[in-house]
Amino acid sequence: MKELKDLYDIVIVGGGPAGLSAAYSAWQNGAKSVLVIERDRELGGILQQCIHNGFGLHHFKEELTGPGYAHRCIELVKDKSEIECLTDTMVLSVEKDKTVVAVSPDHGLIKVKGKTVILTMGCRERTRGAIRIPGERPAGVFTAGAAQRMVNMEGYIPGHKIVILGSGDIGLIMARRMSLEGCKVQAVLEICPFSNGLTRNIVQCLNDYNIPLYLSHTIVKIHGKDRVNGITVAKVDEKMRPIPGTEFDIDCDTVLLSVGLIPENELSRGLDLKMHPLTNGPVVDQHRQTSLPGFYAAGNVVHVHDLVDFVSEEAEIAGKFAALEAQGKLDGNTKFVTVTAEKGVRTCVPQCLNLPEAGEQVRLFMRVANPERKVKLVVKSGDNVILQRMLPVAKPSEMIAVDIPAAKTELIGSSLTVFLDKEA
Amino acid sequence: MSETRVMNCIMCPMGCEMTVTIDDGKVVDVKGNTCPRGAKYAHDEVTAPKRMLTTTVRVEGGMLPLLPVVSETVLPKEKVLDCAAYLRGVTVKAPVKTGDVIVEDILGLGVNIIASRDML
Ligand SMILES: Cc1cc2nc3c(=O)[nH]c(=O)nc-3n(C[C@H](O)[C@H](O)[C@H](O)COP(=O)(O)OP(=O)(O)OC[C@H]3O[C@@H](n4cnc5c(N)ncnc54)[C@H](O)[C@@H]3O)c2cc1C
Ligand code: SF4
Repeated sequence: MKELKDLYDIVIVGGGPAGLSAAYSAWQNGAKSVLVIERDRELGGILQQCIHNGFGLHHFKEELTGPGYAHRCIELVKDKSEIECLTDTMVLSVEKDKTVVAVSPDHGLIKVKGKTVILTMGCRERTRGAIRIPGERPAGVFTAGAAQRMVNMEGYIPGHKIVILGSGDIGLIMARRMSLEGCKVQAVLEICPFSNGLTRNIVQCLNDYNIPLYLSHTIVKIHGKDRVNGITVAKVDEKMRPIPGTEFDIDCDTVLLSVGLIPENELSRGLDLKMHPLTNGPVVDQHRQTSLPGFYAAGNVVHVHDLVDFVSEEAEIAGKFAALEAQGKLDGNTKFVTVTAEKGVRTCVPQCLNLPEAGEQVRLFMRVANPERKVKLVVKSGDNVILQRMLPVAKPSEMIAVDIPAAKTELIGSSLTVFLDKEA
Repeated sequence: MSETRVMNCIMCPMGCEMTVTIDDGKVVDVKGNTCPRGAKYAHDEVTAPKRMLTTTVRVEGGMLPLLPVVSETVLPKEKVLDCAAYLRGVTVKAPVKTGDVIVEDILGLGVNIIASRDML
């Protein structure tokens, strides 16, 4: 067992794609000592259970499975003497002076300090408590992600006749997965009038297997005492209230919940980082620095991504700037700019900029509030239009990325707004 | 008689919406695709739809009881369930390395099934 150092250039909390990409980028940018702390028995994060393909096309220019992508990330950091990775080690708290407190079977209680800290804890699923379905609490109700772990890693099947509540990507992927395992997926129910998953997943996970998708429908009751034996479903009105008289029953022994992901931010809250009410993650600038100097964050802990490629990209930015800061190479002379999402744009990350005088290329990641067709995305600072882009289709499930070139950042005043122009 | 069909390319997460013109069972025009893979997909989808398969096989002596596997290339869509059912009956022994062939030429379709992770 290797002795830990007291002080690292960078301590990274979480060894998923975000943490590993950040570590690699920090190393590329001159960091001399990087410690990655992961609570699971292996590195790679949630991707180890996402055995489907579709990852990596942007970042590695190759179509990979989840474990394949994780493997690539792990290859990037292994055998580098400047990067240490601890697995089976749970971070308990992070202090404002950048002391990270963790516990592991090998080391016991650990206290290490970073010149900078990067938070990459990922996200977790909303559970039944977060959505409140009436009925007893029979066995057979799982989150889709928990079911995914069972079926793909642990080797047991949660049930045979399945209904999925929520049409997020995990729910859609699991609909196909259970079908491939020989189970019958009776239906996918979605309370919104549109699906929250990627279109490709509707096509290849539902349509391919003739699984019906009921939009604007939800579960009003779960039946069964010891084990689920059916559900009652109803249509909902535009305020998402069940419409009396529209109820019908579906026979099933298992309900999978895919009702959204929330960034895993207990540690960030402990630090009193400024949080964003809609992303549920810390507010960050274009370098992924949080409201506390020296603390960075990237990946699903900042905002839920659907594309791990963007997670890696964002983490590389965080890793680079954390490394520069640890080496005292960051230009402190910057202009502060707020970034606000308005009219049709629900969220935008980063939520602020610290722009150097020479300007700097900035990439904005946005999600729209509702599905739209033929709208113009506008980025404005005061009266200056910084950028516009026509979007043939825009969906809440698909993140939009736009780049503001360095030369254009000169036109930015003290605030930036992004919005949709629907008259376009 | 030519007809048009609106379909989404599923080759990458962009999911481009394409308008496909079909004449006599053949694709004669594709609009809305961002890259050439979209046109290829539209052609296949109209003539002979194909899909990748990802599933698991049992593994003995590994750190986990299951090994994730992937088809090396696409399979005929209508054969995917048969292949998955076949793979449910397969057991391998650890250690396995990423890219190892788990089933050669599955069901005579000319496609290998390979391991998608190391299993020690
Ligand atoms: C079911 C599912 C399907 C998906 N499908 C796709 C897809 O088809 N294509 C695609 O591109 N993307 C997909 N994604 C998204 C992709 O998996 C994520 O964007 C990516 O894994 C996020 O990386 P991350 O490093 O931010 O988080 P994670 O992968 O969640 O990693 C976070 C890590 O931090 C660790 N951690 C958390 N708290 C602590 C602590 N206190 N101490 C120590 N360690 C801690 C966790 O154990 C975990 O390993 C999917 C995600 C899910 C959940
Ligand atoms: S056309 Fe190209 S960019 Fe569009 S979804 Fe298909 S593969 Fe992706």
